[in-house]
Amino acid sequence: MKIHATDRNGKAHELEGRDGWTVMEILRDGGLDVSAECGGACACATCHVYVAQEWYDKLTPPSEAEIDMLDMALAVEPTSRLSCQLTCTPELDGLTVTVAPE
Amino acid sequence: MTTKVETDVAIIGAGPVGLFAVFELGLLDLKAHVVDILDRPGGQCTELYPEKPIYDIPGLPIVTGQELTDRLMEQIKPFSPTFHLSQMASSLHREADGRWRLTTDTGSEIVAPVLIIAAGGGSFVPKRPPIAGIEAYEGKSVHYAVRKMDSFKDKDILIAGGGDSALDWTINLAPIAKRLTLVHHRDGFRAAQHSVNKMRELVAEGKVNFHVASVKELHGTDGQLEAVTLSGADKKEWTHSCNAFLPFFGLTIKLGPIAEFGLNLHENLIQVDTARFESETPGIFAVGDINTYPGKLKLILCGFHEAALAAQAAFHICRPNEKLRFQYTTSSSSLQKKLGVA
Repeated sequence: MKIHATDRNGKAHELEGRDGWTVMEILRDGGLDVSAECGGACACATCHVYVAQEWYDKLTPPSEAEIDMLDMALAVEPTSRLSCQLTCTPELDGLTVTVAPE
Repeated sequence: MTTKVETDVAIIGAGPVGLFAVFELGLLDLKAHVVDILDRPGGQCTELYPEKPIYDIPGLPIVTGQELTDRLMEQIKPFSPTFHLSQMASSLHREADGRWRLTTDTGSEIVAPVLIIAAGGGSFVPKRPPIAGIEAYEGKSVHYAVRKMDSFKDKDILIAGGGDSALDWTINLAPIAKRLTLVHHRDGFRAAQHSVNKMRELVAEGKVNFHVASVKELHGTDGQLEAVTLSGADKKEWTHSCNAFLPFFGLTIKLGPIAEFGLNLHENLIQVDTARFESETPGIFAVGDINTYPGKLKLILCGFHEAALAAQAAFHICRPNEKLRFQYTTSSSSLQKKLGVA
């Protein structure tokens, strides 16, 4: 599966997603500037991304923990998600996200 | 409060690896002073995930970040380290006698022949909202903490955020403010339920204004805020007058002043050798997440190993004329005496 990701400088990247990996891991390993301070524990909100509107509704809805943690994210928008809580699956081939500012 | 102390080892960072360094140094009779920007020990373990279980600490099948910190504090108690908490290690100088003088942002000075940097990703600092030009207002009319409540008396205050700090300060400042407005991106809060209830009471009584909105622009002159542009859930924007803005979005990690210590950094990490975990600057060691070397893994257990080896090397710098006696805690009565168990 492919992930289309725009970094904080507006540059577009096409990344190879891996089944079962989190989107945060794919972004981080792809060299995008996602600090993911807590390492994927849904405890820091530093892997915040904006999901393209057409993809947002196809995702598993955020857990209570993620909704709470988004309160600590900056510049939250209606399609904000924490990328450590998004798991790559074949159905998400083409997932399009933008790394949120920090 | 300003203090000046001389010791064997100054440690930057009271996370698990910095704490365990105290233990390893203590076994070698080396005294340590520990500096941390947070107000309690534990670093990321207590700040980011105090309640989250960790499963890969040898011998502890499951332990939370807080429990691990508590256990390490118990383990190092016999060595009575001095903690300099709520202080940022801000500058480093070499004394004429070759020792290091570490200065904190509150003016404490620690002079020691050895510095161990166990600072993880750096310092926890408040998250700064990505609003153009906000730097110019910081410290004047934009604040990330409330140091003196009095300075907010009769102000037209705007608070942003949905966590405990945002709600606690909404509740505490509302009685003394001229007006207090809270904005958050949703009509839901991660803060403690009793705080949320109290805030909603204040809104119902007309003592606090609440909007589902976010701050888009700041307006003012010479650092004095006069108004902000708010954007609501429907993207409608409006101007809101205020003269104090308190954004509360928690903390994030920035490398901070360590970048200015003159060390050889590679992508914000300190390069060390794997025999001593010493940087290229003699007497300065780096252990835990802040160091890098071939094969580095950012795991707490690796940091423990690094701290043990760095302590051995530190001994030779602090006690150049003494022979290091390598002993085991299981069999050495002198170590057991130090630990208070013999």
